[in-house]
Amino acid sequence: MDPKPATYPAAPLIEPGHTFGSITDKISAVVLSGRQPISWFVVLSIGLLLCGMLGMAITWLLIKGTGIWGINIPVGWGFAIINFVWWIGIGHAGTLISAILLLLKQGWRTSINRFAEAMTIFAVMCAGLFPLIHTGRPWLAAYWLFPYPNTMSIWPQFRSPLIWDVFAVSTYFTVSLLFWYVGLIPDLATLRDKAKHRGLRIAYGMLSLGWRGSARHWQRYEHIYLLLAGLSTPLVLSVHTVVSFDFAIGIVPGWHATIFPPYFVAGAIYAGFAMVLTLAIPLRKIYGLEDFITMRHLENMAKVTLLTGLIVAYGYMSEAFFGFYSANKYEGFMIWNRMTGPYWPYYWTLVFCNILTPQWLWIKRVRTSPLPLFMVAMVVNCGMWLERFVIVITSLHRDFLPSSWGMYYPTMWDWMTFVGTLGLFITLFFLFIRALPMISIFEMRSMAPEARMPGGKGH
Amino acid sequence: MDFSAIRSRLAGAEGRLYWRSLGELADTPQFREYLHREFPEQASEWNDPKGRRQFLKLMSASLALAGVSACTKQPPEKIIPYVRQPEDMVPGKPLFFATAVPFGGYAQPVLVESHEGHPTKVEGNPEHPASLGATDIFGQAAILTLYDPDRAQSVMNRGEIRVWGEFLTAIKSALGAQRGKQGAGLHFLTETITSPTLAEQITLIQQAYPQAKWYQWDPVARDGARSAARQAGGAEATHHFDKADVIVALDSDFLGCGPAAIRYCKDFAARRRVADDKKEMNRLYAVESTPTLTGARADHRLALRASEIEGFARALAGAVGSGGAAAAGTSVSGRDAQKWVASIAKDLQAHRGRSLVIAGDYQPAAVHTLARAMNQALGNVGTTITYAPAVEVNAMEQLASLRELVQAMDAGQVDVLVIMGSNPVFTAPVDLKFQERLGKVGFSVHHSQFFDETSAYCHWNLPEAHAFESWGDVRSFEGTVTIMQPLIAPLYDGRTATELLAAFIDAQNGKSAHDLVKEYWTRAHGGKVGGWTITDANGQAFATPDAFWKHALHDGFVTGTASGPGARGAGSASGAVAASGASIAPTTPESAPRTPNPAPRQDASASEASGSGGLEIIFRPDPTIWDGRFANNGWLQELPKPITKITWDPAAWISVRTAQEKGLNDADLVELRYRGNTAKLPVAIVPGHPDNSVTVFFGYGRQRIGRVGQAADDQAKQFDVFRLRTSDAPWFGNGLEISKAGRYVIARTQEHHLMEGRHPVRTGTLKEYEENPKFVAEMGETPPRALSLIPAWEYNSYRWGMAIDLSTCTGCSTCTIACVAENNIPVVGKDQVNRGREMHWIRVDHYFSGNPLEPSSIETHHQPVPCMQCETAPCELVCPVGATTHSAEGLNDMVYNRCVGTRYCSNNCPYKVRRFNFLLYSDWNTESLYPLRNPDVTVRSRGVMEKCTYCVQRINFARIEAKKQDRRIQDGEIIPACAQACPADAIVFGDLSDPNSAVTRLKAQQRNYGLLEELNTRPRTTYLAALRNANPELEPSSGTASRTEH
Repeated sequence: MDPKPATYPAAPLIEPGHTFGSITDKISAVVLSGRQPISWFVVLSIGLLLCGMLGMAITWLLIKGTGIWGINIPVGWGFAIINFVWWIGIGHAGTLISAILLLLKQGWRTSINRFAEAMTIFAVMCAGLFPLIHTGRPWLAAYWLFPYPNTMSIWPQFRSPLIWDVFAVSTYFTVSLLFWYVGLIPDLATLRDKAKHRGLRIAYGMLSLGWRGSARHWQRYEHIYLLLAGLSTPLVLSVHTVVSFDFAIGIVPGWHATIFPPYFVAGAIYAGFAMVLTLAIPLRKIYGLEDFITMRHLENMAKVTLLTGLIVAYGYMSEAFFGFYSANKYEGFMIWNRMTGPYWPYYWTLVFCNILTPQWLWIKRVRTSPLPLFMVAMVVNCGMWLERFVIVITSLHRDFLPSSWGMYYPTMWDWMTFVGTLGLFITLFFLFIRALPMISIFEMRSMAPEARMPGGKGH
Repeated sequence: MDFSAIRSRLAGAEGRLYWRSLGELADTPQFREYLHREFPEQASEWNDPKGRRQFLKLMSASLALAGVSACTKQPPEKIIPYVRQPEDMVPGKPLFFATAVPFGGYAQPVLVESHEGHPTKVEGNPEHPASLGATDIFGQAAILTLYDPDRAQSVMNRGEIRVWGEFLTAIKSALGAQRGKQGAGLHFLTETITSPTLAEQITLIQQAYPQAKWYQWDPVARDGARSAARQAGGAEATHHFDKADVIVALDSDFLGCGPAAIRYCKDFAARRRVADDKKEMNRLYAVESTPTLTGARADHRLALRASEIEGFARALAGAVGSGGAAAAGTSVSGRDAQKWVASIAKDLQAHRGRSLVIAGDYQPAAVHTLARAMNQALGNVGTTITYAPAVEVNAMEQLASLRELVQAMDAGQVDVLVIMGSNPVFTAPVDLKFQERLGKVGFSVHHSQFFDETSAYCHWNLPEAHAFESWGDVRSFEGTVTIMQPLIAPLYDGRTATELLAAFIDAQNGKSAHDLVKEYWTRAHGGKVGGWTITDANGQAFATPDAFWKHALHDGFVTGTASGPGARGAGSASGAVAASGASIAPTTPESAPRTPNPAPRQDASASEASGSGGLEIIFRPDPTIWDGRFANNGWLQELPKPITKITWDPAAWISVRTAQEKGLNDADLVELRYRGNTAKLPVAIVPGHPDNSVTVFFGYGRQRIGRVGQAADDQAKQFDVFRLRTSDAPWFGNGLEISKAGRYVIARTQEHHLMEGRHPVRTGTLKEYEENPKFVAEMGETPPRALSLIPAWEYNSYRWGMAIDLSTCTGCSTCTIACVAENNIPVVGKDQVNRGREMHWIRVDHYFSGNPLEPSSIETHHQPVPCMQCETAPCELVCPVGATTHSAEGLNDMVYNRCVGTRYCSNNCPYKVRRFNFLLYSDWNTESLYPLRNPDVTVRSRGVMEKCTYCVQRINFARIEAKKQDRRIQDGEIIPACAQACPADAIVFGDLSDPNSAVTRLKAQQRNYGLLEELNTRPRTTYLAALRNANPELEPSSGTASRTEH
């Protein structure tokens, strides 16, 4: 690390007065003290309840079939795909923060990357559930979509974007998990050393893979971490590009558009940063981590949100423009139908959420006030979900032949599954907070004034 | 496990004690509980009140088993291979048997496909002049009724199961009392009968009981036509559309319903088919009230209220110069009707001898008489229309007949009433109070296929055998007799009408239907009865009665029995009855002979029309479940009704303007008040319906029939339109009041009926086509063939393709139901249809064009849409597991086993012809439905996509046959189910690699176009544009043919 004083004259990335020891104590205390704020119990209980609901919804789905949802012909995809794309998109911010910002040497990523990466993993887990359960026969889809050798010599159909999706998402999940875990190793060792309970010491000891903090360890760690960051970087772009192919390869008006890959990637980062803000703002309050997740972090994230929001807005506008400019009657009708058809409230709410609302972020006071920022982030979360609703539903429900136009109405089971995955996410996330340091201890230590002493070691 | 309990139980047991498990041996409460709740899943399902479909699935297994155990003793279950194989029986190879399905008393001649002894599919009899190979929806659906587990299954007396012998004893004692008074208390009520055997039996009964009375009642009787025929001397009209160039239909749905509809459709289509080298077609004017398929196919359609038709007919008759009827033609109300009369009359005059005026079955006799007079004046008699003696036995005005029966019942004259087939408690006009008066009958017998409303009020209920279980005979509309042969032994305790009547005839007691029918025809063959002249196809007499019998059964008809102008057969068949003694009292009230010329008579209903205010009510049989007799047939219930595409429910049709005036929307529930009676119906706004008029349909609101057809709740019971029908105005009348009474959920398979400028159906006039044959191609764009990344497919052998002629397609939906029958397509129920999950592989799309506020300007377009089997199929590309692939012969195959159900293929299909098993739709529980299934087609499970395969099983069957003979499959050898059933021959299938095949030649036509071909899907199913032979005088803006589309 650069031994010179921080080059950021703006607000500090860590409040003054912290030492290596205080940082370590403060972060590891959340895990090791054994005492959790009441709100942790409340939120986890809600999460577990919703998990139960998810379990019920999936069980009934497996018993009865996808017909319990609102999907039909023509709208063959419904909530499941909307949720899938939404969750996958949310995941992107984590990878972006941990990989791209690392490569770009954005030091401010340090205090948010750990839980952002956790968010990525849990979001991808929630997302990964949907492509599987949305199929008619998930017990077969679970392995028939993979190219495994079999006596029949049957392979997946590699021209299908769904197969690309399988590879993209599973790669993404694997790399993200590795990246997160590798980044955790030094902290796991810290926890091992600080833990008082023998069981915990063994558990953290096993997980820390014999980390002793030697120079050789650090050197290898830096190598692998950089390599993984390099590996993750294209994934940030590729995964959502491939997800967008699920639509763009189809010939459905509203899907079949070349703008989809960049537009989807921007949307994913947009949604992801909104979600990181949604998580960070309450967390720093509950656990008193304002010292580590400072206003500067929030402001930077708000700026990224604003930027990607503008890209997304550009995407909407070009979609609308080309709908008319293409002179294709199906495209023109599609965009007109989005704006004025039976689902018009969804479209205009989407415009409100994703285009109008983030404009507040031009104002510095909004960017630096946690509550308004939180509200903007929540609106963007909703907006990005609506975006997927609009793309999936309004494109399908009125396509080429007026005779086969139809409507889509989600059922109770659609909602239960969707809200259930929110519960799964909350549960996993709060268990993560309880069991692992939500902020990277060793990287935070590098932020402390001690680390900037000449000769002081970086970690 | 409680061993002490077991020991004590064993100790206390006497004799040999069998036990299946230690639990049973111990006889623990837990085990008893387990036994009690052996099917805990279903047990809890019972309490779920929702879902007819679910209910059906659950109930069926138990009921079907109950039925099986009720009728036959269980056969010993030994499996034995064929040591000597039955003649012609090759396992896996179907056999076809010729028989007929009676509908409205008339034969629908069919061939029934039978797999190892169980009938599975109905096809038309190509040799029979009334079918020529086609069927209608009722014929196709007959097979489902055969296996319906809800059919009446056993003889019942006052709710208790009896055996046939007990009924015979009871009827014998009842007849004993009748013998003394010459049968004065003996009354029969049947539907329309054409069967010579039954006719003779009735004559015999009449001889034994001279005072016995015979009535007929069919709620959809053709009383108007009959009455006009009687006035003109008894000869009924047969129309020859194959000779007619200009046709005027006066509220006649000759293409859609009636005993001759299939043949008429064939003939009409033949005259309408246009080719690049034959640019001429017939012209059809439809002057009609309720929009029908005939009106949809018409070149010009004038929407009039039903009561205005007679006035129009009078004016037209005046204009073509047939009698002085024009004087009464004052009621050609307003608008441009005068222009229509003049133009049509001019056109008719220009086509003397090649024109045809046909009156609708539901119009009064006066209109029929006018039509007769016009045809006479136009010189059409003998060419496009012929008259022949009625095919019906003792044709009578059935409404009057029923009224007379009711009077007799009221007067206490009816001791014994035998109701055969008819369901008068449900269908009789409400003012006759049939149900109430039935109570005054001492001994009532009801012979029916279902335990229905009438059965509930009769003392004895006798299950009627299904047509495919019966020996019998029946005549088609043009007189040809079919001897019906059974395909299967009666599944339940059913008897045929012949067997029932034999119980009243001493000489025939105890004889089987087979013997009775065969005896009759043995004598008839010898010329001893009926006056038939029976010859073989070469005009030679048969050597022996047996040779004749075999021949007749094999062919499915008896040559020489058609009633032509000079045919003796028909006249003498009914004549035999009349001659046999003044007898079987002709119960027609108006017996005064009338002049054949149209007397300017004001009909009761017509006079009323000009009278009181309110709306006009028009009664019609339901397009799919008719008068309710098919209410328990899931295929017909789920078949979208023409024009509205509503399934499972009736609707009151009103025009756009009337709906606006009354403040009504689609699917509003309205209360209909008419002559003191009320009913409720959901509203369907139908562009093209005449203003100030409401069409209602019979058949729904069934109180009692079966789990599919029975009204689900009190509200649905109010859908019974028979409650509104009075005997003085059976088909239309004035004075209807409607008011909104809530909302109702209607399940439609198509919500949007405008083309949105996309031209899925390309239409034009004959003139446009003559002037510029390329106009069809110019309506769309064809992208260059090279516009694909993926290399083109190569074909070494067959390339299958299909062409559908939209000029001849009437939109009758027979293709849909034929496909359902052939491909084991499940019924999903109203709820699932409402969610957009119907399973039909071929659907009939329907579009309107024209000004919705101007009913006569509405054009209706139909388009059957099966899978297009695209050359560059969007579905194939996106399936992740390769479950839908391109075959070596160009088919887009669906591999059910491989499908995991991502539904991406359906999303990417621009035609939306793919169907998904969102739930377990195939009924795996109802055992009685197992033998219904086509063994050559997979029964799909849930989670699997399915779609049209061009009937690949038929392709493969033909391929195997051809390979065995080492030849190529010939053109016409493979006919998919839809094409085979089509009465208009609008669907043609064949090999595109054969330049001479019918389909290749059709596709070479200028009218040929691909649906959405601008997407470069290169569909193999293509369409021939719909042409309209417009009369320039009646075109809205002369010169420029404006296709107004919305």
